[in-house]
Amino acid sequence: MFFEHYNYWIFVILLMIGLYTVMSRSNLIKKMIGLSLFQTAVFLFYITLGKIEGGTAPILMEGEDVLYSNPLPHVLILTAIVVGVATTALGLALIVRIKETFGTIEEDDILRMEDEQK
Amino acid sequence: MEEFTDVFLMVLLIVGTLGVLYVNNLFVATMLLGAVSLIMALIFVNLDAVDVAFTEAAVGAGISTVLYLGTLALVGANEKPRGKRSPIPLLASLLVGGILAYATLDLPKIGSVDTPVQMSEVTERYVYTSPEEIGVPNMVTSVLASYRGFDTFGEVTVIFTAGIAVLLILRQLHRRREDEETPGNPPFQKVKAEGSPHDLVPHVVAKLLIPFILLFGLYVQFHGDFGPGGGFQAGVIFAAGFILYSLVFGLDNLKKLIPVHFVEIILAAGVLIYGGVGVVSMLKGANFLDYNILSADPIAGQHLGILIIEIGVGVTVTAAMLCIFYGFAGRSDELEKNNGE
Repeated sequence: MFFEHYNYWIFVILLMIGLYTVMSRSNLIKKMIGLSLFQTAVFLFYITLGKIEGGTAPILMEGEDVLYSNPLPHVLILTAIVVGVATTALGLALIVRIKETFGTIEEDDILRMEDEQK
Repeated sequence: MEEFTDVFLMVLLIVGTLGVLYVNNLFVATMLLGAVSLIMALIFVNLDAVDVAFTEAAVGAGISTVLYLGTLALVGANEKPRGKRSPIPLLASLLVGGILAYATLDLPKIGSVDTPVQMSEVTERYVYTSPEEIGVPNMVTSVLASYRGFDTFGEVTVIFTAGIAVLLILRQLHRRREDEETPGNPPFQKVKAEGSPHDLVPHVVAKLLIPFILLFGLYVQFHGDFGPGGGFQAGVIFAAGFILYSLVFGLDNLKKLIPVHFVEIILAAGVLIYGGVGVVSMLKGANFLDYNILSADPIAGQHLGILIIEIGVGVTVTAAMLCIFYGFAGRSDELEKNNGE
């Protein structure tokens, strides 16, 4: 029972940590890091679904009955990782501009400044 | 034994992520995040996803660490400690986690062969028909570049857009009116990626390493049909070679070697190459991105199509990573120029 669902539980724990980081930390970079963790958790879930017991990497091998793990989740996650880093870069670029405009990257302080301006 | 490795790596993973959550120094958090990515890559190898592991190691542990460090150099690395935290985030994430954990009880046993994922017709086709239909041993490549070529085209476009957007955001100068001066805004930190002129060891080691990194990038690019690899990984590795050069020898030298406008051109050229293959196959009378028509022999056509679009992907990814790096590393120069005027 334990090993049968082990990966799924790790996925859930990782996802919870990521979500908690995004919600509880006020520092914008910490929030981006939390998003990355959340994303990694989803990657783990997808790859786990493609795994076959006793299978091997989906690269054609000599021999008749070789069992391959499912290549489709691999394709989806491979592109997701690269797209993920591109979008992270975009978020970080926005953080740099926020720092230049507000002088801080703490969400609490930014919200307070916005309130004061009103 | 495999189970032991699995459990060990996953425990390390959780400890690493908790470390990321609890340290206040963002530099430390970034380095830990890199370590978490590397552990994740090892777990992917364990789960047979070699291509994904490759990408995760290059992107998560390599490029994204550089990006975070570049940002930290501009915004400062200390997280403000906070006293009392509201319990709502913790409760909310526990709730989400609880629901998900409950749902996992219904999920099939890991690695079983009769799950909907493994039984689907699509899997059957990808695993058993693709070696004859596409003729490429690496199934991940044939699915990525041929069966789901249109998807990949979309993803390349996303990367292209992100590259452009980062440049747009970071090269634009903020014009602030005098009276709008925000209080407590510290003068902009001067961080210049000018390398380290006096450090002999990094210079020698980098000079030795960079040719091999670029060569390895080319190998990954062109060997992606037969083993793990392909345009995405190759692009990231190639860009990492140039970024290493810039970190050791200075941004200005890299800009002399590869001017920013050249990077912008090849960023677009990669997408154009990819789309061009689709248009050519349409002109020849087949569907968009149907490579069978590209040559008299369908298998040769598939090989040619996959080769060309993988080059397109590699070029765009390299250029996008360089664009992003130029954006972050050149930001302080840009501001300084503005202040001088």
